[in-house]
Amino acid sequence: MKQEKFESQYLARWDQFERGMTLTPKQRRTLKTDGSKTAKTIDATLAWPLEQLPQRYREVCHHLALARDRHYSSTLVERLERLVLTGHQALYGAQELSGGVGRFLRGGLPRLVRAHSGYMFASALLFFGPLIACIIAIQYFPDFAYLIVSPDQMAEVQQMYAPGNARLGLQRDASNDFLMFGFYVANNVRIDFQCFASGLLFGVGAIFFLLFNGLSIGAIAGHLTHVGYIETFWGFVAGHSAFELTGVVLSGAAGLMLGMALIAPGRQTRFAAVKSRMPEIIGVVYGAALLTFLAAFIEAFWSASRVPPVQVKYAVGIALWVITLAYFIFVGRGDSATAVNTRADRAP
Amino acid sequence: MTNHVLKKSPLLDTLRTVPTPEGIELSLKVAGPMPRARAWAFDLLIRMAILLVLGLVLGALGKVGFGLMTLIAFAMEWAYPVLFEVFRQGQTPGKRACDLRVLHEDGTPVQWRASVARNLIRAVDFLPVVYGFGLIAMLMNRDFKRLGDLAAGTIVVHTESRRVAKRMTAALPLATSLDSNLAAQMALTLTEQRAVIDFAERRATWSTERANELAAYATPALAAFNSKNEVVDTDPADAANHIVQLAHVLAGRR
Repeated sequence: MKQEKFESQYLARWDQFERGMTLTPKQRRTLKTDGSKTAKTIDATLAWPLEQLPQRYREVCHHLALARDRHYSSTLVERLERLVLTGHQALYGAQELSGGVGRFLRGGLPRLVRAHSGYMFASALLFFGPLIACIIAIQYFPDFAYLIVSPDQMAEVQQMYAPGNARLGLQRDASNDFLMFGFYVANNVRIDFQCFASGLLFGVGAIFFLLFNGLSIGAIAGHLTHVGYIETFWGFVAGHSAFELTGVVLSGAAGLMLGMALIAPGRQTRFAAVKSRMPEIIGVVYGAALLTFLAAFIEAFWSASRVPPVQVKYAVGIALWVITLAYFIFVGRGDSATAVNTRADRAP
Repeated sequence: MTNHVLKKSPLLDTLRTVPTPEGIELSLKVAGPMPRARAWAFDLLIRMAILLVLGLVLGALGKVGFGLMTLIAFAMEWAYPVLFEVFRQGQTPGKRACDLRVLHEDGTPVQWRASVARNLIRAVDFLPVVYGFGLIAMLMNRDFKRLGDLAAGTIVVHTESRRVAKRMTAALPLATSLDSNLAAQMALTLTEQRAVIDFAERRATWSTERANELAAYATPALAAFNSKNEVVDTDPADAANHIVQLAHVLAGRR
């Protein structure tokens, strides 16, 4: 068949296909319900029902194969290639379920964490191990703190939690709370992300972040405990500690998972292993970012206040720890049959 | 006379083919470090501009404004690429300006998971200085993937440039004596046709001497297809124009 004949025979179909692919889902809906109203904007002959997509797409594929085989001109082949690509993307590029946030929080996230409890414990050990060891060591060898945190920095931190302060943490008044919220979010969530991403360096980056954060938090906590700022410091951190520290553990675990996929890919290439585990790893990162965000909120608007008595602050802190741990241990056990990651097909 | 110049499949190629269930191969043109760096720089400028303007506005709000500013700067750093890639079919404004697009490896539009992964791992690509690891990774695989792309399973491709067609017409002074039988006499394969058209598109970027020199390589191959089986001698000084003419015919501008 000559190219001219081929083109004249199918040109209308291709135009229809092309036009149909450019319709937005919204335009399509109006088309279905009210044909007369949209007739002005959309030529009815060019709009075809979406059910025809697979059939029409295969037709274009067939034409492309013919055009290539028959060495038709490159302009025609390129046009058909474009049509096939849009069709392919519409047919196979189904949208991930975006309304799954609720389901993710009601079961997906804790299930994910339990499914990878090994990484969670490893991450917790790498973080809390040096943290607690540091606190204890400093009670006996106070100078140990200065190996990790410079004396200048330590003086600064110490001054923040001086018992005479009206507000705790970085020196500020109440109008600064929002400023501090922005700062905590930007800073702490960024650290989460970096901790996860650096897991790509065979897990070394994540391990470094965990140990480093564990040591420096431990040094500060140990030092402030040693100098006797117990009520101000522990009262300050009690509220947000549950979310903040769990967030660190989760982001560290995500980094470790990433590193482990590279180190022990199983029967896949290294990056294929990373790719196939990525959905779950990203799920853990979402969890970490969410926890850290909540922690920043509490830290900015609750922890710094000296109005509530320290006993209340301790109680709230403990309650939040119980809730956090209970969430990850118990939530989402009932409907374990539901897959963690669901895909839903959606019209283009 | 052999036409080895055009027939031989190229060794270096940035075309990536993706097989589909329909038995068709999609071809995607993966983008290299340079256009991607350009797109990134463009995005950077946009982000800076937005922050600057917001900074002036929010600066008036004092400390609350500054807190808001920190939050927005944070969002600009991490959410800006993800949101654009997911909601604007794989194109941040910078990528759009450079006719680039992020896709999954199978040619489908990038979604949340892959976009989040590739943009968070940007932090590692950026190490040790301005995209050092990213560049090394890009040069070490044939799809120019940085680490984020490798981990997320995404590729960055050139989209159909709105400018290419324009560039070609601009580059081609419509030849005076178009031999419309020219194409009919030649049975060029698709690759050969593309090579001819590519030549014509890039014609304007060379000097006449260089263009003729390059065209001289192709002339024997093209002449060999003459239907009367005679080798038609093209004037070497006219070799480039000859190919440009041919390109016009192939591109359907008769």
